[in-house]
Amino acid sequence: MSAREPILDVRNVDKRYGETVACEDVSFTLRRGEVLGIVGESGSGKTTLLRCLAGRLAPDSGEILVDIPGLGRSDIVAMDEARREQALPLALSLVHQNPRDGIRLDISAGGNISEPLMGQGRRHYGDLRSVALHWLKRVEIAPGRIDSLARTFSGGMQQRLQIARCLVTHPQLVLMDEPTGGLDVSVQARLLDLLRGLVRELGIAAVVVTHDLAVVRLLADRLMVMQRGRVIEEGLTDQVLDDPHHPYTQLLASSVLQA
Amino acid sequence: MTIRIAAEGLSKTFTLHTQGGTVLPVFDGVGLEVGAGECVCLHGPSGAGKSSLLRSLYANYKPDAGRVLVAHEGGEVDLLSADPWEVVEIRRRTIGYVSQFLRVIPRVPTLEVVAEPALSIGRDPAETYAAARTLLTRLRIPERLWSLAPATFSGGEQQRVNIARGFIVDYPVLLLDEPTASLDAANRQTVIDLIREAKERGAAIVGIFHDAEVRNAITDRFFEMRPGLA
Repeated sequence: MSAREPILDVRNVDKRYGETVACEDVSFTLRRGEVLGIVGESGSGKTTLLRCLAGRLAPDSGEILVDIPGLGRSDIVAMDEARREQALPLALSLVHQNPRDGIRLDISAGGNISEPLMGQGRRHYGDLRSVALHWLKRVEIAPGRIDSLARTFSGGMQQRLQIARCLVTHPQLVLMDEPTGGLDVSVQARLLDLLRGLVRELGIAAVVVTHDLAVVRLLADRLMVMQRGRVIEEGLTDQVLDDPHHPYTQLLASSVLQA
Repeated sequence: MTIRIAAEGLSKTFTLHTQGGTVLPVFDGVGLEVGAGECVCLHGPSGAGKSSLLRSLYANYKPDAGRVLVAHEGGEVDLLSADPWEVVEIRRRTIGYVSQFLRVIPRVPTLEVVAEPALSIGRDPAETYAAARTLLTRLRIPERLWSLAPATFSGGEQQRVNIARGFIVDYPVLLLDEPTASLDAANRQTVIDLIREAKERGAAIVGIFHDAEVRNAITDRFFEMRPGLA
């Protein structure tokens, strides 16, 4: 069996806030097309880890090797900041829990989608507009809203717009922080289905941080469970959820309310 | 006969940390070989560990000891020590698992639910959709339902959609967990036919079948299980 190439290699990442351990000795490898879920309660370190992967937070020690187009495998921890800010958007996108952190409210939907492309040097107005129209359709926003300000959109539409903005540059890796958090259940289902379709169709690798086990079951091939900054259990998603071994994972899996 | 899937020294206990650390032994030292074209029926009383063994053969449960050797794309892989991405690949191409429960995906139409496993490994879309329509017809799902998501279907209809999804790929190994439970006689016969056809094309089958009619129609060999040990 030929192994798919690793796109992300995380080695012994530590991060502390003073005396508080946020991440301790976290290591994993993510290959092309793989979706990894990270679950854990608030304060387990999952969001800190995601922010380190996104280059928004510097770990105290460890390596984060990302396959960056044009640069190859690079340790983003060792890279200087200016270079990281320039190179990392070529490799990955971060989907924030709150869409307002990931889009610009005072520009149009079309502008939100084309801005990352302009950042990569694409300037042709007609091209940018047709790409924006294409992506609005992909995330199920009516093309007629292309010139509406993002501020006028509902929360669910803003989240879909953020996803379009993150995927338009065809990143190989997408990091998602509670992508369905804060949305109505009916809107969540639609978004999940959309994400699932896009991830499979585009063959992108993704890391999804969430506390919702139904979300990981639907989206993720693999699952890591974090508690107090450490990875306490990992494996195939169905394996970890159906046959949990660690006491905390058993508690988590048995605490899900059946709808 | 070519061995398609084999368990060696397979042992499984559950430790229930949320219930005072109770340890439940399920099976110990299980050895089982299933060849191409053969159907083995796991047999024994409720609580004997039949479902746990079947789930272990799919790496859905993690046994404490032993190996599950699978013939996969010309080689042999131990499912229990393989990397997660390898297990995902083996499940996509080599081992199919059919239970009576469909895990419904919101908004995905029935025809897509059935076709997806074949499309995801690059099978020809036209042939795949044709095969999906044939399976749905054979399992008596009315055509007017094919474009709808199965979330609102009856339990029996969802079960039959799940069977169609399980048989859309010609898996070399099939694990069947009571696929005919609560089906009517006509649909039960269809499932018997599907299993027979899978055997004829050389699939190795391990199953749990409570229905005596189904069991007698397809079983080549019984694997007896008793509570607490193999």
